This record gives sequence, C-alpha cells and structure tokens, in this order.
Amino acid sequence: MHFQLTEEQRALRDGTRALLAGRFGRDALRAAVDGAGLDRELWRELGAAGLFGLCLPEESGGVGLGLAEAVLVFEECGRALVPGPLVATFLAAGEVEGAATGETVVTTPYNGLVPWLDAADVALGDTAGAEPLSAPVDPLTPLHRLPGGERTRPPWRATLLYAAEQLGSAGRTLDMAVQHAREREQFGQPVGAFQAVKHLCAEMLVRVEVARAAVYAAAVTGDPVEVAAAELLADQAAVQGARDCLQVHGGMGFTWEGDVHLHLKRAWTRAELGGRARDAEEALAASL
Amino acid sequence: MDLTYTGEEEEFRARLREWLGGVLPTLPAKPSPGDWPGRRAYDTGWQRRLYDAGYGDVHWDASPTTRLIFLEETERAGAPYVGANFVGLLHAGPTIAAEGTAAQRERWLTPVLRGDEVWCQGFSEPGAGSDLASLRTKAVRDGDTYVVSGSKIWTSHAEVADWCELLVRTEPVSAEVPKHRGITWLAMPMDAPGITVRPLRTLAGSTEFAEMFLDEVRVPVDNRVGAENDGWRVTMVTLSFERGTAFVGEVVACRRVLGELAAHAKKSGRWDDAVLRRELALLTAEFGALWRLTQWNVSEAQASGGVPGVGGSVFKLRYSHARQRLYDVAAGVLGGAGALDAGQEWTLDRLSSLSYTIAAGTSQIQRNIVAERILGLPKGGR
Ligand SMILES: Cc1cc2nc3c(=O)[nH]c(=O)nc-3n(C[C@H](O)[C@H](O)[C@H](O)COP(=O)(O)OP(=O)(O)OC[C@H]3O[C@@H](n4cnc5c(N)ncnc54)[C@H](O)[C@@H]3O)c2cc1C
Repeated sequence: MHFQLTEEQRALRDGTRALLAGRFGRDALRAAVDGAGLDRELWRELGAAGLFGLCLPEESGGVGLGLAEAVLVFEECGRALVPGPLVATFLAAGEVEGAATGETVVTTPYNGLVPWLDAADVALGDTAGAEPLSAPVDPLTPLHRLPGGERTRPPWRATLLYAAEQLGSAGRTLDMAVQHAREREQFGQPVGAFQAVKHLCAEMLVRVEVARAAVYAAAVTGDPVEVAAAELLADQAAVQGARDCLQVHGGMGFTWEGDVHLHLKRAWTRAELGGRARDAEEALAASL
Repeated sequence: MDLTYTGEEEEFRARLREWLGGVLPTLPAKPSPGDWPGRRAYDTGWQRRLYDAGYGDVHWDASPTTRLIFLEETERAGAPYVGANFVGLLHAGPTIAAEGTAAQRERWLTPVLRGDEVWCQGFSEPGAGSDLASLRTKAVRDGDTYVVSGSKIWTSHAEVADWCELLVRTEPVSAEVPKHRGITWLAMPMDAPGITVRPLRTLAGSTEFAEMFLDEVRVPVDNRVGAENDGWRVTMVTLSFERGTAFVGEVVACRRVLGELAAHAKKSGRWDDAVLRRELALLTAEFGALWRLTQWNVSEAQASGGVPGVGGSVFKLRYSHARQRLYDVAAGVLGGAGALDAGQEWTLDRLSSLSYTIAAGTSQIQRNIVAERILGLPKGGR
C-alpha cells in the first residue's frame, strides 16, 4: 500500500495546473463571467491536452490512464473554475465522435437538470421539453430543467468527477482565505493573527484533507459506498469552504468583483448535478 | 496511489487473523471499569500474549503498514485495546525509541512491550495545561540525581503506573531563558519516595486520572531522555506520536460500533427514522474517510521516514469531534431511558468521548497549530 501520488501523477497534476493558469487564469475567468457562451477554443485545447480522452485506451486515440488520474485533472478544473459540461463530455469520450478531442461538446441531464444545453453539440438522454432557468445562480453554468420533476441519477463516475471538482474548489478557497488573512490588516495586524479567523481557516483545511482522502480512495477502489462518502464530504468541503472564505474576505467577499461567490455558486450547482445528498446517504446507510 | 497490500503484508494479516481466532476465546472475562488492578492485569496480560506470539513490537518497530494491518485486524476481531499501557506503548515507548540512548532503549522498551511495566504521563500541571511550557515543577541537580518538587494533574492511569514520563523545569524562566527552554524530560519511577497520587473522579464516575504531588523525589540523571533543558524538543516528539498515531486504532473501533448501532436500530425499529439513518450514514462517510486519511498519513510518513508530522493535528481535530457525534447518535439509537442509563456501555463511551476534544491538546490549540504551522498564519493576536 502506498497511498500517495506517484511521480507521474504529481507531474500530471502540476502540468494541468500550469496549463489552466496560463489558459484560464483570473482574467479569462472574469471575461467568461462578463461574456457569454462556451469558449470552444479552450475546449479544443483541453481536448488536445488529453483531458477528455484521459481514460480512453491509446489505440482509440486516448491517453490510457485511470480514474485516479482523471480525478486529479478534474480537481484542477475545479480549482480554476473551468466552465462547461466537462463531466458529460469526458464520459462521452469514445462514445460520441469528437468528444475526446474537444471538437464536440456533450451534455446530459443529471438529477433533472441539463447544464449548457444550448451550447452543446450533443445532448445524451431525453431532454425533450427542457425549460431554461431564466437566471441560474452560477453565472458560469446555464441550466435547463426537465419537465415533471423527472430525474436520472448520475452514474457513479460522474458523481466522483464532480466530487473531484468540489475538492479542487475547496482547496482554492482555502488558499484564497489564507492569502487574504495574511495580507489584510486591521487593528494594526494581519487579520490572520486573530484566532477567530485562524480557526475558520484551520477547519477549512481539515475538511479539505478529509475530503481529499475520501475522493482519492474512491477513485482507486471504485467502490460505490466510498463514492457516496466522497460526494458528501467533498460537497461539504466546497460549500462550507466557500462560505468561510467569503467570511474571511469580509465586505470584499460579498462583492461581484471578488471570485469567492463564483466558487460558492458553482459548488451549489455541482452539489445538485453530481448527485443528491439524500441518495448518497441512503447508499451509505444501506452498507451498514 | 495504491491501496493494495503486498503479498508479505497479506500473509501477515492472515497469520494474525488465525492467531486471533485461536487466542481470543481463551481470554479471561473483562474486568469492571472501576477495577484498576484488574484492568492493569487484563491489559498487560494481553500485551504479554502479543509479545510471546511475536507481535510485541507492532506499535513502533514494525513498518507503519504492518501496524495498520495489526490495528485493523485486532479491532475487527474485538481484541483488547492497549488500555492501561496507552502511554508506554503509544508515546513514551516511541519517544525513547527515537530519542533515548542505547542503554535507555535496552532498559525500558522490552518491559513495555512485554506488558511488565506500565507508564503514565506527567506533563500537565494545575497552572500549565494548554500552556504546557509554563510548567513549574522543578528539578535541582544534586550530583547524579535530580531532586524533583512540584505537582502534576490529570495524570491518566497514575495509580497503576510503574514509570512516569515527567516534564520538569531545570532552569528558571528569566530574561535569558524563555519558557520553552529550561525544560527536561525524565523517566520517574513511580515507587520513589516523595510521590503522592490522589485519584480524581471523572464525570463518568471513574478514577481515570489523578493528581500527583512530588516532594523532593530523587530521579537519577541517567533517566533523562535528551539533553538537559532540551526537553521541549523531546516533548514535541512525544506529542507528535500522541496526536499522530495514538488514536488510529480507535477509528476502526468506531466503524465497528457503527455496524453495531445499525444492527441495534434495525432490531428496535428505529432504523425507519430517516433522520437517524442519515446521521449514521454521515458517520459512515466520516469514519471511512478518517481511515483513508490514516492510510494517506502513514504512506506519507513511510515515504519521508520517522516521526509523524503536524498532520496529526488535522486528524485529531476531526476524529475527536466525530467520536463525540458517534456516541450522541448512539444515545439516539438507545433512545430515552436507554440513553440515560450509565450502566450501558454506549452511555459510558458517550461520557468518556467528552474528553477527546480536551485531552492531548484541546481543539482550540489544535486549530492554532494547523493555522500557524501548516497554513503559515501569523502567531499571536487575540
Ligand atoms: C481524560 C483526560 C486525560 C488526560 N490525561 C493526561 C495525562 O495523562 N497526562 C497529562 O499530562 N495530561 C493529561 N490530560 C490533560 C490535558 O492535556 C489538558 O487538560 C489539556 O491540555 C488542556 O489543559 P487544561 O485542562 O489546563 O485547560 P486550559 O488550558 O485551562 O484551557 C481551558 C480552555 O481554554 C482554551 N484555551 C487555552 N489556551 C488557549 C489558546 N491559546 N487559544 C484558544 N483557546 C485556549 C482551551 O481550549 C479550553 O477550552 C488529560 C486530560 C483529560 C481530559
């Protein structure tokens, strides 16, 4: 047993982080918030970098890696808040022509919601009668709702990848909170010197580390009970992490200008798309 | 990332499982919680059996993975836990193994492993709890002995201990000597003249810990682990074991308790209560993840070699709160009168779980450690 990242996994994670920092940094993120539509060029670049074909065998034009690697890459996407139906497109690679290369954008309904329906080239599953939400809470995730409260539970791989994104977002809001706490001064010292702030940050780290162990382990074992646990813990780390980050940022956290709200809103959205807490809890209870 | 075990490790597991299957039915009946001599005899008797069967060293000599397998299998089988020799096996022993001289390792380690000698921990004082470095029990050098005077408090298992890992002040605090310097780590024999142990009653009704009064107790200088006035550094090693590894086996035990709670709830019909089911589900996620986090930390320590890092504080924070929630939920499973009956094991465990966010460093102190040493936030502030 060596439950640590291998050299290759570390390199993959660092490489993905560097790629996204260059290609989808702060300016691009804010431009996406102000602009409209999916950045198809970015999508193709992610495809060229192997993101969507990561788990496809090499003979089918993929990278031939496993789910653990996919989780690391999705964690980075979560950190960077990359918009778009990443999970559905990833899972369609090999099934839908052009998905693996990023030529084709694929979406699919999960839990009665369809993200990015208008921007997608292919919608898998029944989306008949889907109605757009006029004002989706996350400015970077347009949503359609299926009629009649219909819902399809996401396959476990989708749940796991959403959990990985949540983990990345939780890690990012922790970094943002710590950085702000070190820089912002009040009463003549950095606010991070105050215990009330320190303890918020410490609890954020604890949630991230526990969620990380759960998400990585679920990726390695593929056990449905572990996936359910990973989902619950990662949702909690992302949602509560964004809230605490907002608190540490004070008034600045409450502005549209700040990025914190984007993490919180996306975390809420992913928590709906990735799977419902109630389903995960029942799966865990059934294991007892 | 790899969660599979090597063939050798699996062999170890199989051998251990078979041995446990044979030996557990032959164990004497568990003594009552208040019977301290009985508890000592039971716990050390178990330790002796482990030692004789070749499992004595799993707590610190074996590879960390082997130790995890040991904890997993013994807990799963419902074997006794380290109990009365918690301090000896899980922190004094590892500290001496890491910091002691060859002669000290020779003198103290085997008796702990064989269950012949029991240790306690004399760190806290009435005026020095969280602020441990402000301790005042003093030791004055007189030839080749230290003469120790002062008092200690909350000393777990002091009544049945043979040795005490004792922190003393060997140099008074002054402008030149900050409080973290001038501290020394000693092994004090508990039968030395001048030691008075007065049991304290815990909120669970038991005499788990005690006050200790030290009146010119003579401790040989040879019993000093680490250099004089360098005890704070040695203490940090002890505490890293205390937080880093000492609770790990309990996570497996908590997972077992969850299963028992579910079985109980199904029998009593409480399982139909969706809120209760949901609580149990969340705890299943929690303890599953804590076990994975343990494997992560152990793999990391194994890769970097040696003493666990401050990551133990992350684990301890989450675990101590989860354990308290577990027994609150147990009260819900027992329901009404059952939850109020201190004769129930789960009720006793609920009461004792209240100490987890205090002992071995309070949650507030752990959060400070995480924030300052892991996240690098500034020290101080109010
Ligand atoms: C069951 C049990 C067994 C124990 N066994 C042993 C043992 O065997 N040997 C031993 O030496 N000790 C033992 N202890 C003592 C334990 O380590 C101390 O109780 C603990 O370190 C807290 O110290 P204190 O009780 O003096 O509380 P205090 O330090 O007085 O703390 C009181 C409150 O103030 C908070 N606080 C204190 N300082 C700060 C700060 N800087 N920032 C924020 N909050 C702060 C604490 O979190 C706590 O809530 C045991 C305790 C228990 C409960």
